[in-house]
Amino acid sequence: MDIKTTIIKFQSIIALFVLCVVLALMSDKFLTMENGWNIMRQISVNVCISVGMTLVILTRGIDLSVGSILAFSGAVAAGLLKFGIDMPSLNLYIGFTVFGAILGGFVVGGGLGLFNGWMITQFKVPPFVATLAMLTIARGATMLWTGGFPITGLGPNFAFIGTGWFLGIPMPVWITVIVVAIAVVITKKTKFGRYIYAIGGNESAARLSGLNINKIKIWVYAIAGILAAVGGIILTSRLDSAQPNAGFSYELDSIAAVVIGGTSLSGGRGSIMGTVQGALIIGVLNSGLVLLNVSPFWQQIIKGFVILIAVIMDRVNHPNED
Amino acid sequence: MGEENIILRADNITKKFAGVTALNGVSLNVHRAKVNVIVGENGAGKSTLMKILSGVYPEYEGTLLLNGEKVNFSSPKEAMKSGIAIIHQELNLIPYLSITANIFLGREIVDSFGMLDFKKMNQMAKALLTRLECDVPPTTLVAKLRVGQQQQVEIAKALLEDAKVVIMDEPTSAITDAEVEVLFRIIATLKKQEVSILYISHKLEELFKIADRFIGLRDGKMVGTIENVSQAKKEDLIRLMVGRDIKNLYVKEDLPLGKEVLRVEGISLPKHTIKSEYLVKDVSFNLRRGEVLGIFGLMGAGRTELLETIFGLHSKTMVGDIYIDGQEIRITSAMDAVANGMGLVPEDRKADGLVLQMPIFKNISMASIDQIVKNGLLNSGLEMDLAHKYIGNLNVKTSSPGQKSENLSGGNQQKVVLAKWLATTPKILFLDEPTRGIDVNAKNEIYHLINNLAKEGLGVLVVSSELPEIMAICDRILVMGTSRITGEFSQKEATEDKIMNAAIL
Repeated sequence: MDIKTTIIKFQSIIALFVLCVVLALMSDKFLTMENGWNIMRQISVNVCISVGMTLVILTRGIDLSVGSILAFSGAVAAGLLKFGIDMPSLNLYIGFTVFGAILGGFVVGGGLGLFNGWMITQFKVPPFVATLAMLTIARGATMLWTGGFPITGLGPNFAFIGTGWFLGIPMPVWITVIVVAIAVVITKKTKFGRYIYAIGGNESAARLSGLNINKIKIWVYAIAGILAAVGGIILTSRLDSAQPNAGFSYELDSIAAVVIGGTSLSGGRGSIMGTVQGALIIGVLNSGLVLLNVSPFWQQIIKGFVILIAVIMDRVNHPNED
Repeated sequence: MGEENIILRADNITKKFAGVTALNGVSLNVHRAKVNVIVGENGAGKSTLMKILSGVYPEYEGTLLLNGEKVNFSSPKEAMKSGIAIIHQELNLIPYLSITANIFLGREIVDSFGMLDFKKMNQMAKALLTRLECDVPPTTLVAKLRVGQQQQVEIAKALLEDAKVVIMDEPTSAITDAEVEVLFRIIATLKKQEVSILYISHKLEELFKIADRFIGLRDGKMVGTIENVSQAKKEDLIRLMVGRDIKNLYVKEDLPLGKEVLRVEGISLPKHTIKSEYLVKDVSFNLRRGEVLGIFGLMGAGRTELLETIFGLHSKTMVGDIYIDGQEIRITSAMDAVANGMGLVPEDRKADGLVLQMPIFKNISMASIDQIVKNGLLNSGLEMDLAHKYIGNLNVKTSSPGQKSENLSGGNQQKVVLAKWLATTPKILFLDEPTRGIDVNAKNEIYHLINNLAKEGLGVLVVSSELPEIMAICDRILVMGTSRITGEFSQKEATEDKIMNAAIL
């Protein structure tokens, strides 16, 4: 491998490194253990969502509904934990443990993702439209479920997920690392992962090779939904509160992480680790700009340009893709 | 024929693509205000010639003379300005714009305020349509028109630029019989208006109705003309198209045949748009182990659609029965087809055969990935073994199995597609134009490979529009006319004339 291809391959890591060096020189608070864990904790939700988003984008799809699904599944978990299912007319009351409530959140997230996949494969609704519809459906459902008010006071056991430490590492970081590790194995080492790349690379060839395109796509959207639920539970736990407007516009941060990480929106090319690097770049940049007292307005402008630069670099390196 | 009657002259035109000679010193004349028909098999060089005449390919050897003056078009737009327009087989219209907007696309008329002058453009469009006997209002969206009417819009576009030569590439392939009648009337009218027509078609019957003269192309060379159409017979035309010297062509080994592996009965596929018309109509045949069965047909005969139908790609609209090893099988998707031991090497390997950005080894294992899974995970050792095995067996020329498929030559890409299917150890292999666009050596390798597969007991179905190929590699040849089987020949009885005669039925 010559120098040029090496640089291209590791360009996100190099960018991340340069960014850290610059920020460390500019602020003495940047390169501290505390700030490091802070950044990691902050990006954990985005990484979880973005792993799902990566899978979806690899199949040449998109999922705009992850922010809303995050809010709804977080709210469901919080609601089940706090109130259980209480139907006096039926003389029915079911209480939920922390574990049960979380499972409930996963079922909701996975179910909504499944619905996305069903719309996209059976009714040929374009992914952009199907998940845009889900974006508002799940947001509306969150409002209905919460009545427009936060669900708070979820207890120390639940709070441990978002705020606790285990073996000197924050719990959200543990969860994120596990999610990433599983996703890396799935994409690199399983048949399912290979098929995801094949579908995004050339759906027609994949179909003619006898792949069950619909089944794979439905699973991908379901996984994106479950990972949105994981993010929702981390966020709810960290805030000790399920906010009705939680996760608002998270889908955009997630797409940004995927794109900065070098995954092609035309499908078939990209990686989970690229996305992790993309999310780290965004997280480090956010943290650094805050430490440097850059106004939030400027932060948004800078983030926009970072996305553009990342995509232009990608274009330069892959000039033949449409 | 005096010089003044020749509007366009091609002189010694040669065109090569990456070492393949598509046209070899072709010289021909287009006569003024006549319908000049070019005939030739697929691959004879007709399309290449049309693309040179209409400015699509600006680079070639030789000269073009328009009205006796040397021209060299750098783009279709420039050719159009000089009065040469082409009506492509696939129409190039924008569906959700009006007829007027399509006709004037790129040359809109504006008023003194810089706004589009709809009134004037609609008037002019209306006049053009009237000239073409088309009574649809020019404000109609193109999407609402039938294909025949869309074609008329294309012709109107050409007439707006005052085209002197109109090239028509298979204009009747997608339109109904009634629309063909209208088209022929339009062509007659254009002739009266001193427009010269250069016409390509495979449908010999219709050619006798409209042709003023025939020009024969074969293997990239001009082989002759027939000037006196009224005296000509169909046989003369076929001789002009085929009649080649057969020289050192590969000939398939005679192998003993095994039991029947595939039988289809009454396969039909209605057209998407018009349910009473068929892409494939009532096709039945059988295929035995160790047999190479050829399906010959001209463009648009329904060969590809037949393969796709059997392979389960049109399961919602098709009718007919499929038997594998004597058992009736329902095939509702490519998945079912693969599970039942079939493989399909598609006509367009880049669009449908390969995931181009994936390395060779991933393409090879694509359809049979279970054999490289160990403990639930992909095993790269097994995968590499598989890749090396087929790269060796098929003689794929590559630096390593990790090379991206898009960087391979056409012949090697085709071998990778074949490898993908062989890795599934299929019983039945469908090959759709297996040697299209690949060089002579790779062609020969693929012929030998097909022979070896038959020897191993596979049933092989080859669709091809190249006569010498199909005659050389097949034990038996079915000929498809328009959507139906119109002939069946054993390798021994097959001749080019017989096959071509059946193909134009």
